[in-house]
Amino acid sequence: MITTLAIMALGAVVLGAALGYASIRFKVEGDPLVEKIEAILPQTQCGQCGYPGCKPYAAAISAGEAEINLCPPGGIDGVRKLADLLGREVKPLEAEEKPKQVAFIDEQTCIGCTLCIQACPVDAIVGAAKQMHTIVEPLCTGCELCVKPCPVECIFMQPIAENIDNWKWKYPVIEIKRAA
Amino acid sequence: MLQQLFSFKGGVKPQTRKAPSVQSPIGQVPMPLRLYVPLHQSLGGAPNPLVQAGEQVLKGQVIGAADGWMSAAVHAPTSGTVLAVEQHVAAHPSGLPTLSVVIEPDGREQWIARTPLDHRSLAPERVRELLRDAGVVGLGGAVFPSHAKLTAARTVPVEHLVINGAECEPFMTCDDLLMRERAEEIVRGAAIFRDLLAARRVLIGIEDNKPEAVAAMQLAVRRLGEDHEVVAVPTRYPAGGAKQLIRVLTGKEVPASKRSTELGVQCFNVATAYTAYRALAHGEPVISRIVTLTGNVEQPRNWEVLLGTPMRDVVALGKPKADTSRYLMGGPMMGFEIGDLAAPVVKATNCIIAGSPNLFPPNPPEMPCIRCGACADVCPHELQPFELYWFARARNFGKTQEYHIFDCIECGCCSYVCPSHIPLVQYFRFAKSEIWSREKEKQAADAAKARFELRNARAEREQAEKAERLAKAAAARTSEKKVAPAQAETVTSAALPAAEAAPATDAEAVRKAKIAAAMERARAQRAAVLPRNTEQLTAEQKQEIAAIEARRLALLTSAAQPAGSPPEALTIPEHPTE
Amino acid sequence: MTHYLFIIIGAVLVNNVVLVRILGLCPFMGVSKKLETAFGMGAATTFVLTVATGASYVIDHYLLMPFGLEYLRTLSFIVTIAAIVQLTEMVIQKTSPLLHQVLGIYLPLITTNCAVLGVPLLNVANKYNFVESLLFGAASAIGFSLVLVLFAGIRERVEGADVPTCFRGTAIAMVTAGLMSLAFMGFAGLDKYQ
Repeated sequence: MITTLAIMALGAVVLGAALGYASIRFKVEGDPLVEKIEAILPQTQCGQCGYPGCKPYAAAISAGEAEINLCPPGGIDGVRKLADLLGREVKPLEAEEKPKQVAFIDEQTCIGCTLCIQACPVDAIVGAAKQMHTIVEPLCTGCELCVKPCPVECIFMQPIAENIDNWKWKYPVIEIKRAA
Repeated sequence: MLQQLFSFKGGVKPQTRKAPSVQSPIGQVPMPLRLYVPLHQSLGGAPNPLVQAGEQVLKGQVIGAADGWMSAAVHAPTSGTVLAVEQHVAAHPSGLPTLSVVIEPDGREQWIARTPLDHRSLAPERVRELLRDAGVVGLGGAVFPSHAKLTAARTVPVEHLVINGAECEPFMTCDDLLMRERAEEIVRGAAIFRDLLAARRVLIGIEDNKPEAVAAMQLAVRRLGEDHEVVAVPTRYPAGGAKQLIRVLTGKEVPASKRSTELGVQCFNVATAYTAYRALAHGEPVISRIVTLTGNVEQPRNWEVLLGTPMRDVVALGKPKADTSRYLMGGPMMGFEIGDLAAPVVKATNCIIAGSPNLFPPNPPEMPCIRCGACADVCPHELQPFELYWFARARNFGKTQEYHIFDCIECGCCSYVCPSHIPLVQYFRFAKSEIWSREKEKQAADAAKARFELRNARAEREQAEKAERLAKAAAARTSEKKVAPAQAETVTSAALPAAEAAPATDAEAVRKAKIAAAMERARAQRAAVLPRNTEQLTAEQKQEIAAIEARRLALLTSAAQPAGSPPEALTIPEHPTE
Repeated sequence: MTHYLFIIIGAVLVNNVVLVRILGLCPFMGVSKKLETAFGMGAATTFVLTVATGASYVIDHYLLMPFGLEYLRTLSFIVTIAAIVQLTEMVIQKTSPLLHQVLGIYLPLITTNCAVLGVPLLNVANKYNFVESLLFGAASAIGFSLVLVLFAGIRERVEGADVPTCFRGTAIAMVTAGLMSLAFMGFAGLDKYQ
């Protein structure tokens, strides 16, 4: 009986010591996974996920604090990619998916208050105090952060129309056999 | 000398149906009422318009300047008046509009000053520039700017220059007729390319179903005393693909990741050689091209068409039969359907085919893939179309790239032989454009991220600078010991201890106070001289703004306070961040 | 020498740990959605299983048997395996964080992977010596990795197929696994030709 206990105790001590040593030797610092997650996120910096930007959201996902379906600009495709990377289940998007859009300033109404310039996370608005502002369209990520601060409500979102440069070949539609 | 020929893998032999359109010589299309010249007619950058509505243009005048090196200029096809620079339906599978110059011809056909040049007396760089400004692009259908292909690789000298007169697509005969009627100009154009590339040999490849063209080209070569070799190659689709023709004539196989110049070969279409010669030796830019009009028409024929002529005008010349249901631009294998015949003829338009349900029966319904491998047998690029199809259909684009989807030239051989009638090429086009658009989105996201990070860094720096400024001002005030209590609330808490820790000397403080006073005066002066645009508002407007401000204040205090946004964001700042 | 060869072939193909002995189904179904993760899981299991068989042989022969403690075999094996898995996890987390994230909960699950416990117990039942035990452990693990990778390859393809809606996902995977199992049963005749 005593020997049994002693042997088991000895085993426990040896294994415990080995594990303890390993936990110090192989200590992990930082999390390179955050960068991989961030690469998938659309970088609109819109904060619709509830985090102040794409990086904090990536960190939250990596830490297991956030769901992967909180990013509306990324769309269901983004959720799928995150699920693939992290081996989690694909979940439907929390908010509804909107078509890609850009902000537009009604330049007649703009009073030049610069509030939208301060709100824009990617510096896509140009203008100076008491001068008309305008959106640099190719840089706009469509985050909608500039819409709310505008005191005269002259900013609105416009969906990006299909043109010859962003036109894509469509998925071939399979013809259903016509009734004879 | 007998040329040893090689063979490329795969390929198909569809009915050629070229005979009807070679009966008559090339005809001239009468001047249309309006010309719609799209500005973007080549690969690469879209040219910028140089003309405005109402302006008079001369025949051959540049109306769109090449945008960067990878681009080609666009010219007025005739003299007349510019009616507008506007969006007009494009000769594009999407049928979407593109920026075009609308010209009303005056019928005088007044040319710009044309200066014939001898390319041998010019520097090669100058010749390439001239070709770009003359709008010379690959007229086989890819419209790749030719001058960009006329630079030899640094390490490999150009051994072979291949001139492509194969014209393997069924129905199409525009290159055939061009070679029959204008062989000498093509031969001279090939000589220009040879001199620019310093190529050792020039090989002109023509499919052996065009004996007249071969004979005409041989005669022209002999008469001009050139040493080009005119070679008849076996008729097999797609022998006219650049990589396939290079393989047949030289035995060299161009690997997926390399350009043919790295193997010492370069390839041009016969029509490109023709236009290059016209551009240099006659000073005529590319303003027209030969277009085959064939298919379900009474009078199939080749026409020389001014670029920008609406396709409707061209089609009318052939008298389409009553049961014509649709029109194709390009050949039946690689072409696409044109939805709107208002679309103009462009540099890429080599052929217009009228189709009827008889000529092109509607596609039978798509059946499941039975993995017979017929598509892999005929693929000239030795891909596995059935695997590509499998993954493209499942939208597994990563896998399609693993199976080299971007080596696919969309020749259509796989769709042609598929016993299940699967439109394989459509799936590949879909997958390719999806991958491209994702690539673009990724780049946009990376750029947005970089800008966001730069902005954050700038905000931090500015905050630090502001704190420093405030600390200095506070130091000045504490040493004067007059105004400190009154203004203490405006000094940030971070700045106070710093100010106490570093008391400035009296003299410095006095000077700083003077500077501050001067700045204040200047500001007051500026404000007095320049009335704000917010100050000249009517009472109504002021009221409106006040109401909006009140609303916003309520919104912000309720929404932004928990998020910890500083209250200073509410006031309009004197100095904006930009 | 042929004796060792038979152990290897028997463990990899004829008595494949997953498809014939039906051990270790949890990771087989769970980590076979993508080829890359299947490779990772196969490698991790191979390592753990080989080390675990060696360690359990030593414990069995030099600790349990001399003191007549055979009745504690299962318990001590589990403890040993658990410790080895923990070690492996820490090493993987340090060397390949992505693999660690991808394996997710399945890495700790190796602890309770019946294949990992079953193989050392089978060693004891077959009265294998140390070399044979190691060989049997490694070969079983290779068999496990083989079918895991095969299965992942098939599932990647099934992803693009027109599966009837009611069979999508796990259902078609189960059917596939069943068919693979049937196929591996066919290896049973292999030893008749010796």
